[in-house]
Amino acid sequence: MPFGLLKYGLSRRYPAKKHFGTPGDLKSSYDVVIIGGGGHGLAAAYYLAKEHGIRKIAVLEKAYLAGGNTARNTAVIRSNYLTEEGVTFYRESLKLFRDLSNEFDYNIMYSQRGQLTLAHTDAAVRSFRWRAEVNKHLGVQSELIGIDDILKLVPNLNVSADARYPILAGLWHADGATARHDAVAWGYAKGAAERGVEIHQLTEVTDIVSSGGRVTGVETNRGSVSCDVVLQAVAGASSLLAKKAGFRLPIVSYPLQAMVTQPLKPFINPHVSSTQLHCYVHQTARGEVVIGGGSDPYPLYSTRSTLDLKESLLGHAAEMFPFLAQVRLLRQWAGITDMTPDYSPIMGVSPLENYYLDAGWGTWGFKAIPICGKLMAQCIAERSAPALMQPFALSRFDRLEQVNEMGATAASH
Amino acid sequence: MTQDNRLPAPHGLLIDRQQTLTFKFDGREYSGYAGDSIASALAANNVWLLSRSFKYHRPRGILTMAGQDANTMVQLPDEPNVLADREAIREGLIVEGQNYNGSLTNDRDMFVQNFARFLPVGFYYKAFYKPKRIWENFWEPYFRKKAGLGKVNEAAQEQYFDKKYEFCDIAIIGGGAAGLSAAAAAADAGADVILIDENPQLGGALNYARFDVEDSAAAALRQQLLDKIAGRVRVFSNAVCNGWFADHYLPVICGNRLHKIRAKQCIVAGGNIEQPLVFHNNDLPGIMQGSAAQRLIKLYGVRPGSRAVVATANSAGYGVCLDLLDAGVSVAAVADLRTDPPPHPLAQAVAERNVKIWHGHTVYEATPTAGYRHVSTAAIRPLSGRGTCSSGGDTLECDLICMSPGYMPAWQLPCQAGAQLGYDDTRAAFTLENLPQGFALAGAINNSTTLAAACRDGRRAVATLGYSLTTENNDNTSDEEAEEMINTDWHIFPHPRGKEFVDFDEDLQVADILNAAADGYDHVQLAKRYSTAGMGPSQGRHAALSVARLLASASGKSIAETGITTARPPFAAEKLGVMGGRHFNPERHTAMHQQHIALGAQFMPAGLWLRPAYYGEPHARQQCIEKEVLAVRNNVGMVDVSTLGGLEICGSDAGEFLNRIYTGSFTKQAVGRTRYVAMCNEQGVVIDDGVACRLHEQHYYVTATTSGVDNVYRNMLRWNAQWCLDVDISNVSAAWAAVNVAGVKAREVLQRAGCDIDLSTEAFSYMAVKTATVAGIPARLIRVGFVGEMGYEIHVPATFGNALWQALTAAGAEFNIQPFGVEAQRLLRLEKAHIIIGQDTDSMSFPHEVNLEWALAKNKPFFVGARAFEIVSKRPLQRRLVGFSLPADSPKPKEAHLVISGEAMSGRVTSCEYSPTLNKIIGMAYVTPQQTEIGTTINIRTDGGVMAAAQVEALPFYDAEGARQKL
Repeated sequence: MPFGLLKYGLSRRYPAKKHFGTPGDLKSSYDVVIIGGGGHGLAAAYYLAKEHGIRKIAVLEKAYLAGGNTARNTAVIRSNYLTEEGVTFYRESLKLFRDLSNEFDYNIMYSQRGQLTLAHTDAAVRSFRWRAEVNKHLGVQSELIGIDDILKLVPNLNVSADARYPILAGLWHADGATARHDAVAWGYAKGAAERGVEIHQLTEVTDIVSSGGRVTGVETNRGSVSCDVVLQAVAGASSLLAKKAGFRLPIVSYPLQAMVTQPLKPFINPHVSSTQLHCYVHQTARGEVVIGGGSDPYPLYSTRSTLDLKESLLGHAAEMFPFLAQVRLLRQWAGITDMTPDYSPIMGVSPLENYYLDAGWGTWGFKAIPICGKLMAQCIAERSAPALMQPFALSRFDRLEQVNEMGATAASH
Repeated sequence: MTQDNRLPAPHGLLIDRQQTLTFKFDGREYSGYAGDSIASALAANNVWLLSRSFKYHRPRGILTMAGQDANTMVQLPDEPNVLADREAIREGLIVEGQNYNGSLTNDRDMFVQNFARFLPVGFYYKAFYKPKRIWENFWEPYFRKKAGLGKVNEAAQEQYFDKKYEFCDIAIIGGGAAGLSAAAAAADAGADVILIDENPQLGGALNYARFDVEDSAAAALRQQLLDKIAGRVRVFSNAVCNGWFADHYLPVICGNRLHKIRAKQCIVAGGNIEQPLVFHNNDLPGIMQGSAAQRLIKLYGVRPGSRAVVATANSAGYGVCLDLLDAGVSVAAVADLRTDPPPHPLAQAVAERNVKIWHGHTVYEATPTAGYRHVSTAAIRPLSGRGTCSSGGDTLECDLICMSPGYMPAWQLPCQAGAQLGYDDTRAAFTLENLPQGFALAGAINNSTTLAAACRDGRRAVATLGYSLTTENNDNTSDEEAEEMINTDWHIFPHPRGKEFVDFDEDLQVADILNAAADGYDHVQLAKRYSTAGMGPSQGRHAALSVARLLASASGKSIAETGITTARPPFAAEKLGVMGGRHFNPERHTAMHQQHIALGAQFMPAGLWLRPAYYGEPHARQQCIEKEVLAVRNNVGMVDVSTLGGLEICGSDAGEFLNRIYTGSFTKQAVGRTRYVAMCNEQGVVIDDGVACRLHEQHYYVTATTSGVDNVYRNMLRWNAQWCLDVDISNVSAAWAAVNVAGVKAREVLQRAGCDIDLSTEAFSYMAVKTATVAGIPARLIRVGFVGEMGYEIHVPATFGNALWQALTAAGAEFNIQPFGVEAQRLLRLEKAHIIIGQDTDSMSFPHEVNLEWALAKNKPFFVGARAFEIVSKRPLQRRLVGFSLPADSPKPKEAHLVISGEAMSGRVTSCEYSPTLNKIIGMAYVTPQQTEIGTTINIRTDGGVMAAAQVEALPFYDAEGARQKL
C-alpha cells in the first residue's frame, strides 16, 4: 500500500483539492488563448506556464475537458516512423512521456509493453525493414523479426500458413507503450491549473477576431475575449476553425472507429497490429481488449458508429486471435481524424499573424501530446519555430516538401 | 442436489419439467429443467452466490434475471463472462465461477474491501508511480493480474457463425404489451413487420409482472395480442436488437446468427430498466430487483427466498409482494419510500394479507451472513430528508430483499438513433425526446405505466409513422386508471460505513461519485472516466440514474443538465464471432490458377490476387528462380500476367485524356503502336505505370499495375468528372487474361500455337500492338520487353485464359518452354533496370529521381502533377535511383537496407538480387546526387550491421542497347 493513499483513509473528510477548478467568468483579455482543451491544448498551456512564465492563459473547451480525440484514441505510443523528421519528433515525445507521472505527481500509467506490427506481404516486409533500419540509425528500438521471435512475444497469435494472409515477419518496436489517455490530459490540466491557467469547459469559440492580418481575440458562447496570441488545437475540427480564422487547411476529416471488449484476465502483452488486416489489438490494464483499425473510407464529421466497420474489424481481429470469437464486445465509438496529404501534422505559424496551428494529427495525435505541447509553447513564447517542428510547417505544402509518413501510419497508429 | 426451491406449476412458464438436465457449477453437480438459465437452475438448488465483484471480490448473485447486469457473470470452458441469467443450461454443461483467488465461496481477495477507504476514487492516479518506473515494473503487472474478469480459452474450438439480411417496413423492438399492440396495428395497416424480442417467449412483462390482484389480466391480454399477430408478423424471439445504425440498419443477434435488418421505420418498445435502491450492502446475494424475483417465480418456477422485505416507491412493488406471497414466501414488511402514496388495488390487497407496510420508510442497510454470502437482515428506517433516515423502524431477518424504487427508460437504442434524454422533474423520470425520422417509441419506454396505456401507445406509434389505423385500432378512449408516478425523486442513502453501491460492476459507492466531483471531475463524462462508473459490462444500466442524481446534487446543476453518458453500440455485449464471422474476404484467382497448382507453383498475394511466386519446392526456392530466369534468357518462358490492370479508354477525346492523366504524349501515337505510361499524383510523385496500346483512333487499351489499377481507375473517373472530356473509361482488368511469352524462341512458340498474323520483326516490331487469333482464340498481342527479351504479351478474354495457357504449354513443349513466376520476372526486369512502382518508388519519388525524365512530354500544356514537378525540378536534386553491383560472394544487401555516408543515411536499396545471368549481385538504390557517378563506391549497411561496399553501375545491367527485345 503506497503511503500516498494513507491520507485518504486516515482523514475524516475527503482531502480533496480540485485538480482543476471552475475558473468562473471569462476575463476580457488574456495573453494567450488556447482553443481546444484536449491533450494538445492543455500540454501547450502547461509548458507555456511552466517553462515560459506566461500565466495569463485561457484554455477554451467547447465540451468537457479532453472529450474529443484525447478521450477517443486508443492510447498507442510509439516512435517507429519512417522519415527522419518523424522518427526524431516522436522519439522525443516518448522521452517526455516516460517521466510524466512523476512530473505531474499524477499517475498516467505509462507502460512500455512494446509494439508488434505484422507483415503479410513482401512489400510490407520491405517497408518494415526500411523503418527498422531508419529507426535503429536514429536510436529507436525497431527490429524486423521472424515467426519464431513473433511467437515468443505473442504465443497465441495465429501464424498459420493457411491464413488468408499468412504472416511473413514482424516489426518489433520495444519502445512502444501505452498510457491512460485521459490521465495524460488531466495531468497536464492539473499542472496548468496549479500554475494559474484558466480552463473553461463548455466554452465554444464561435469566431476569430482579427485586424490587419493579425489575430486580436475570439468570440465565444460566453462573450468576447481579446488576446495577443491564439493557438488552435482542435483535432477533428481543424479545418472548420481555420475557416473562421480566414484560411484553408489541406486537411480532409474522416471518422475513426475503435472498440473494446469486456474485461478479461491478461493474455496479450504487447500491442499487436496488422496493416494488411487494418486491425490492431491490445489489452488495457483493466483487462479490456482494445481493437482499432483504419479511418472510415469517406470524409464525415459525425462520430457515429457503423456496422460495416465493426464486422470487418472484428473479423480481422478474430483472424489474428481466433479464440477472440468467444469474447464479447462491450462498446464501439468514433473520433474524427484530420488527415493531411502526407500523413504528418501541421505545427507552427499560419497565414494569420499570431495565430498558431496545432493540427493535422490524423490518427497519431495522442502520442505527440508531450513533445507537441512543449514545442508549441516554445514556438509561441519565442515567436519562432524550434528546429524539431520546422519540417511540419503549413508552408511545406506550398514548397512540396512533404514529410510522408503514409507507410508508417495507416492502421498502425 | 435436489431442486428444493422449485415451485409447482403453473409457476415456471419457460421450463419443461419433463426434461431434467444435469450440469456442473463450481465443481458440483446440479440438476435443472430444460428452459432453465444457469442462474435459475442454481437458484432452484438454493445456490445464490454466482460471482465475485471486480474490485472488492464481494459475493454477488442474481440482480435482474434479465441478462442486464454483471453480477451473474460466469465462466464456461470456452467462454468468459457469460451471463448466467441468460445462458440456458444444457446436459453436461460445465460452469465455473471467475475472478476469485482461492474459491468462489472463499475468495482470499475479499480482504481488499477492508482497505476500501484507502482506495478512494481514482486511487490509481494518485499513487503507484514513485520511484520512477515502479508502475510498469511492479504495480501494473500486479493490477493486470487482479483486474479482468473471465479467462479466454486460447484453445477454444472454432464455431460456426453466419449472417443473413432481412428487410421490412417496420421493425418493432420489444414484444411486450406495447410492441405486440404495435405489431398488430401495423399488420392491420398492411405493413410488413418484423417483431424482435430478446426473450424465449413473447409477452415481456405480461409473462412475469403483476398488474391486478387476481393476476389474470396479463395472461389474457397476452393471448389476445398473440392471436392478433399470428401468421401476420415475422417474429424473431431470443433475438437481441443490439444497436441502431444509420437509416434503421439493425444488427439482430439470434444465437450464432447475425440478422442484418434494413427497416424502413422502427418502433422501440423496449420497456424500462428497473433501478436498484442504493443502501449499505445493497449488493449482497439475496438482494435483487422486484422484477427479478417475479421472473424467478413466474418464468422459472423458483422461489426467490423464504422471508422477504420489499422496498418500493410504486405499485409494482406491491405486485411483487403479492407474487411472493402466492409463491409461499413470507413477506416480513414492505418499506414504501412514499410518505402518502395514492391508493392502489395492489397495495390494498397486500394490506389485506396482513403484511406490515411502512410508509415513508426505506431499507437503510442490510447485514450479511458469514463471508457476505447472503443477506440476513434488513434495517427499515424512516426517511428524515433527502437520502437521510432517522432512528426508528425495525430490523428484520430475511433472506430476500426486493428493490422497486423506480426505472430508467431503456434509452440505449433511441439514443444511438439520435434521441436526447431529458428529465421530467414532476415525474422524477428521464424521458426520451427529439426522436429521429421514422422512429417511434411505445409503452413503458415512453412512460406508459398501465397495460391499457401501453397498448394504446403501441397503436399510436404506428400512426405516428404515417399509417392509417383501422377504426378498431384507432381507439383513443383513455381508461379510468390514472397513469402512475413510478419513480421516487431520491433513492440513494449514504451510509457512514459506505458499501452503498451505485455501480455494482465497478464496486463504486456513493462517496466515489461525490469525491470524483470534489476532485474536479463533475461533468458526467469526466466522472465516468475518472471513477469508471458505467464503464463495466452492464454499461451503467443500473448506475445511470444514481450517478446523474448524485452529480447533479454535487454540482448544483439540474439532472437534465447533468445527463448521462453517451449510449454506444452494442446494446448488450456481443460475441466477436457473431459480428466478425463469415467475413467477406475474397481471394482472386486468374483463369490459369489450376494450371499453376498442377505445375507446383508457390503462390504469393498481390492485392487480392494470388500469383505464382515460382514453380517448385520451397526448399529449392533459389534454384527454381534461377532456372526460370536462365530459361527466359537463353530459351523461352511464359508468365501469367492476367493480374495486370486493364483499362479501355474510348471516345473522341481518348488521346487528350491520356495526355492529361499520364506524363507522356499520346495524341500523335500511331494506331497499332504501344507507349510506356507513367502516372503522377498532384504532388508530382510517380504512382503508377503501364503501357498504352492504341487500337483505334479513338480507342486505347491501357495497362496498370496489379495493385494500382483500382486507384488509377478511380483517379481517372474523378479527373474526368472535372474535365468532362468525351471519353468512356472502363476497368476491364477482370475481363482479360494475359500471358507473356518471352525469350529467343517466343516467336516460334507462337507460330507453333497457331497465329493468324505475320510475326516477323518487319511486320510486327517491338512496341507494336495487333489483334489476332492465337490457337484459335481472339487476342490482343503486344510486343513489350519488361523482362528484356523478345516477347509477346497475349491478352485474351478471361474465359479463354486457361485454354491459352494450355495451348502455349503444348506448343512450347518442343522448345522446353519454362513457366516462370513473379520472382523470376522481378529479377529479369532488375537486370533491365525497369522500376517497379511501390518497390523502387516510394510516396515521395519524383520522375527525375527514378530516371523517368524521358517519359515526361515537355511540350504538353498540362498533365496531372506537372505543376508540382515544375516546382520540384527547379530545386537541387535530393536523390536519384542508381544501379550498383557487388561480387557474387559479398554479403547481399536486402531491399530497404540503408546506404550510409559517414554518420548519415544517404539512401537505401530498393531492389537487390543475385543475377545468375551476370554472376554478381545487382541492385538499385537511392543515393545522393554526389554518389551517382559510375564507379562510385557506396556503403550499404546489411544485416547485423555488416557494411558492403558496392560500385555504382550504369543501367541497365543487361543488354544495354535493348537489342534482344527488338529481335
